[in-house]
Amino acid sequence: MAKYKNHILVCGGTGCRASQGEEIVQNLGKVLEENSLENEVQVVRTGCFGFCEKGPVVKMVPDNTFYVQVTPEDAPEIVAEHLVKGRKVERLLFTDPETQERVSESKDMGFYKKQIRIALRNCGFINPENIDEYIARDGYAALGKVLTEMTPEEAIKVIIDSGLRGRGGGGFPTGLKWEITRKVEAEQKYVVCNADEGDPGAFMDRSILEGDPHAVLEAMAINGYCTGATKGLIYIRAEYPLAISRLKIAIDQAREYGLLGTGLFGTDYDFDVELRYGAGAFVCGEETSLIHSMEGLRGEPTVKPPFPSESGYKGMPTNVNNVETYANIPVILLEGAEWFSSIGTEKSKGTKVFALAGKVNNVGLIEVPMGTTLREVIFDIGGGIKDGKKFKAVQTGGPSGGCLTEKHLDIPIDYDNLIACGSMMGSGGMIVMDEDDCMVSVAKFYLDFTVEESCGKCAPCRIGNKRLYEMLEKLTEGKGTEEDLTLLRNLSNVIKDTSLCGLGQTSPNPVLSTMENFADEYAAHVHDGKCPAGQCKSLMQYVISDEKCIGCTLCSRVCPVDAITGDKKEPHLISQETCIKCGACYEKCKFGAISIQ
Amino acid sequence: MAEVKQLVKGLADQHGRTMESLLPILQGIVHQEQHISEDAMVEVARELNISAAQVYGTATFYSFLHTKPLGKYVIRVCKTITCMMHGKNQVIKELESVLKINLGETTHDGKFTLLETNCLGQCHKGPAMLINDEPYTELTPEKVREIIMKYKHQEISAN
Repeated sequence: MAKYKNHILVCGGTGCRASQGEEIVQNLGKVLEENSLENEVQVVRTGCFGFCEKGPVVKMVPDNTFYVQVTPEDAPEIVAEHLVKGRKVERLLFTDPETQERVSESKDMGFYKKQIRIALRNCGFINPENIDEYIARDGYAALGKVLTEMTPEEAIKVIIDSGLRGRGGGGFPTGLKWEITRKVEAEQKYVVCNADEGDPGAFMDRSILEGDPHAVLEAMAINGYCTGATKGLIYIRAEYPLAISRLKIAIDQAREYGLLGTGLFGTDYDFDVELRYGAGAFVCGEETSLIHSMEGLRGEPTVKPPFPSESGYKGMPTNVNNVETYANIPVILLEGAEWFSSIGTEKSKGTKVFALAGKVNNVGLIEVPMGTTLREVIFDIGGGIKDGKKFKAVQTGGPSGGCLTEKHLDIPIDYDNLIACGSMMGSGGMIVMDEDDCMVSVAKFYLDFTVEESCGKCAPCRIGNKRLYEMLEKLTEGKGTEEDLTLLRNLSNVIKDTSLCGLGQTSPNPVLSTMENFADEYAAHVHDGKCPAGQCKSLMQYVISDEKCIGCTLCSRVCPVDAITGDKKEPHLISQETCIKCGACYEKCKFGAISIQ
Repeated sequence: MAEVKQLVKGLADQHGRTMESLLPILQGIVHQEQHISEDAMVEVARELNISAAQVYGTATFYSFLHTKPLGKYVIRVCKTITCMMHGKNQVIKELESVLKINLGETTHDGKFTLLETNCLGQCHKGPAMLINDEPYTELTPEKVREIIMKYKHQEISAN
């Protein structure tokens, strides 16, 4: 990046691109040319900055000014004010919600203060479609170091000592996995990158692949050298078109530079990577399913052992790691195991990327040291709950995880603590819920997901989850009994104990954890026929207040089933028998006269 | 039929004729034809020298591989809880009314199919949908109406 005096970094993640990121880049380019600045200032499309709530984001380098919610029309002002006159465009700076002051640099923003970026180190800094920018930030240096200065055993030892554990959810020690794969003797071995991210609420892997694809390629080559594999496969889901196109570009560039292919770094080590596309099956995130899918079969899991490290793709030893796990590898090898293991808790080292979504002010992608508390994540980084509402729960670990509550807010997040609370790390999705969210419905949502995504191979998962779903449906309709609650709990435990793969073994977690933490809410559905959050349609009533209704007749006109009666200028009445609870009247009423009870 | 045969042969030449080539070949067929017909499955089985049942097994397992005809533009609306929190249902209602079809159906002119799908990984920008390979985020009923109109105009001017 030496040639230019200034750089303008524009977020090019899927989210910001969909909100006119591309037009911003074009407009900036045009305005720079008009001002004859095109040789001094470079516009760079980067990966995701993480602060998606306030996207599209534009960062000015070298002074690190951080502009939020930029529109294509802002381009002339940014160039004229910031670059020509050297004044910051105040109105585009981030406003601290507490102090109401404008903050110009990201490091002073609450969202970034507690973050440490290791896996996301390059996301938002480099143009992911340009290998030179990755190399300029020590890219491929770790691969060079490992190939020319270290034996595979030495490199594996660094990974083991660093304490890195699998970031896809399981938390298996990465170095150990590599060592097992290395020790098995075979003609051909494979390393596989699992990019079949499918947990509802998770988008870390997509952002890493979109923002820093070379980090994954480099790590896979290192993994290949360490385990004795010469072929790498990336299994990526079809739902991520931008990540796929950036990976393709990255692979081509790496081949062109001789960083993939034959004789890497002048050694006799050969390694190349191929892409494989998923076809919309969540269960393929399970490693044995993923391997079967790559073999052209149905993506059904098989019993472990044998583990893929011993017998995987085409029956050969196969090392499967997740995208985020790989993104950590090059830095660990450059900075050393001691540095990495100094971050985090006793048993969970390093950082974890979380996708913060739901009813929180600052949604986006964050990376924090293991051991950070949920309170810090949701309130300090996330900026608290939207619209001043009350925090109710946070769902972690997707369909395998559970809902944590107020009482868990101060527990340091790591693999073991989350499991102890009845949830799990999962891949890192975090969905924040407020007082308006019904926990029985949340459990039902996840079960609906599991029922659809269960591959159907083993009976507990195929049939059991369906039954769980039906019982939850009964509860949300107000038809549940005390007996159903007992049955729900017992069946959940049976499914956990008897399912074949991780999907079924964890699928009842959303039910069990909500039953444990929100027993009152389940009881209210069963005993009082009420949904405290007012979300379960069958259990709520739309009622018109006599005092507030002025008889404008708007509600009766929009009602699709003619359930509302009343004369003009007289208070109206909703017939509860006829009402289908579509909520049309509630949305239309201009006087706030209709309430949900 | 001859066309399908040609297509399958071309894909097999490109991806190979081993079991591992099955998924890429099926994906290639969907890319061209939007769905995998029974004729195509039989053709793939012949080309790879495996049983048609095996092809059928794989083809029906994955939600992005369709065995029934779909429209030219396949709209997949994310149905994950975060998109639901931000008004996914209103977006679906609007799409149904603009396209005059129900969820899961294809328009009579064979242009649009409306489906729901599991998480698209755009949870920070929900509600989200994919139209073929193009993602759209932060949807509102007004925004989806505009997007669909854009596609419709595109179709009219293409004819």
